[in-house]
Amino acid sequence: MGDQPIVARGLTKLFGDFTAVDGIDFQIERGEAFGFLGPNGAGKSSTMRMIGCVSPRTSGDLSIFGLDPSNDAAAIKARLGVVAQQDNLDEQLTVVENLVIYGRYFDLSRAEAKRRAAELLEFVQLTERSKSQVETLSGGMKRRLTIARSLINQPEVVLLDEPTTGLDPQARHILWDRLYRLKQQGVTLVLTTHYMDEAEQLCDRLVVMDGGRIVAEGSPRSLIDDHSSKDVVELRFEADQNEASAPALHGIGERMEVLPDRLLIYASDGEAALQEAHARGARPQSALVRRSTLEDVFLRLTGRNLVD
Amino acid sequence: MTIALRVIPPVIRTARRPQRMIERSLMVYRRTWIIIVSGFFEPLFYLLSTRVGLGQLVGDVSVNGKVVDYATFVAPALMASSAMNGAVYDSTMNVFDKLKHSKTYDAVLATPMGIGDVTLGEIGWALLRGLLYATTFLVAMVMLGTVHSPWALMAIPACVLIGFAFASCGLAAVTFIRSWADFGWVPTATMPLFLFSATFYPASSYGKWRPLLQISPLYHGVALVRSATTGTADWSILGHATFLLAMAFFGLWVGSKRLNRLLLS
Repeated sequence: MGDQPIVARGLTKLFGDFTAVDGIDFQIERGEAFGFLGPNGAGKSSTMRMIGCVSPRTSGDLSIFGLDPSNDAAAIKARLGVVAQQDNLDEQLTVVENLVIYGRYFDLSRAEAKRRAAELLEFVQLTERSKSQVETLSGGMKRRLTIARSLINQPEVVLLDEPTTGLDPQARHILWDRLYRLKQQGVTLVLTTHYMDEAEQLCDRLVVMDGGRIVAEGSPRSLIDDHSSKDVVELRFEADQNEASAPALHGIGERMEVLPDRLLIYASDGEAALQEAHARGARPQSALVRRSTLEDVFLRLTGRNLVD
Repeated sequence: MTIALRVIPPVIRTARRPQRMIERSLMVYRRTWIIIVSGFFEPLFYLLSTRVGLGQLVGDVSVNGKVVDYATFVAPALMASSAMNGAVYDSTMNVFDKLKHSKTYDAVLATPMGIGDVTLGEIGWALLRGLLYATTFLVAMVMLGTVHSPWALMAIPACVLIGFAFASCGLAAVTFIRSWADFGWVPTATMPLFLFSATFYPASSYGKWRPLLQISPLYHGVALVRSATTGTADWSILGHATFLLAMAFFGLWVGSKRLNRLLLS
């Protein structure tokens, strides 16, 4: 193990006839932020649950801290922090009690659990809400509390399953900032997301999953370089005219993608491509030249638009 | 030794920290202790009604050859029924929300806690509450003069055993419940038990239906508690206790297996 707390080889998960995870290989380095990117149903959460020792694998190898989840679940879980996709805070307890009892599940002494709870509430800026009932917290606060809770055992690896889904932009930025600080403290972050900006902000390295398989792997930058052009031209035509406008633009740039709401032309020189489109008589309602993003990589690799 | 161990389901054997689950319940009820105190008044009212009301109308009853007044006859049955109701409530209503809605157990299982800890911890909590209720019930019975033997103290462990049997089976049952609407079935199971377990009239009055009493777990519970509070225990209590113990372990097997399947898939 050494510098790779998590290593998977041919990792597979079946639910009846359905293959949720289809023989994937990956390894996660100590101290990095590693992302699983993919549309809903790609197998990200199933993979996270296997790593979290709450879902037995069907076949393949999975090693966490050099241990096997099917034999040493408790020992592995003692060193993990988990932020589940769905908030599962203890609604019958107050904010601080949530942290204290969680510490007790990890065998911390009562005094130590209380000490860490106070420290973590400070870290996620919830000290004033310490005595509140959980149900009175906003969505963003609940997520922050869930993250604080996942840190009570000072984990080496934190698993975050879609940590910012459903949050408003401000709440997301606060959360990203906290996660970034954790990473700076040397904590390994493993997260799933279907937000491209989140993946670009947080991940050193990521894999793109689709249909239970890994379809690409690399840093956000290298994925963009490998799987997309430098520039992208976005053309918006009148409703229902996007598809019809496509044939006239054929051959401009390296590749074209027709989405329900717009046309994307992938080109190394976006400005030149846009001029060519105008020269061919295209009259879009709006036109925009921008750099390629992970979203373009994602669309290309999964052949699918991002929908919740 | 090994055979004794085999009665215990595998996930239960690996439980290391079920007391943490009880600690959580204590944290929750620390604020709602009034609910627990109010549990004292329910038996008191029940007992008063049989003493002042029914007791005047119904004559004396014979228990294992000993003749006692009606209030003395009914009180232990009410005590046993209350142990059943408490255990069923604690292991169904109390568990269902944490299982299906608030996902409390999913969060617990992300820590070193396992299914065995959750199962034992929740049943353990039901038993602790049962112990408290049984103690207050017995105090109420002493105050109303329906206890005639120091053996009555044995009614408390008897009630804990009743609680164990019903809490385990309640936990097994709750894993099959899909929505709150299904809870309508709970009284369908407990009400006939409450009415037809030699609770309000002696086993002898059941006539040809008497053998059917044997399949009512509450009947075995009532028999245990009644023999304690009236001081008329004989060897038959072993059979009653064995029945309840078997039921408890059956529930433990089914419940822990089902929880495992629901929570760790």
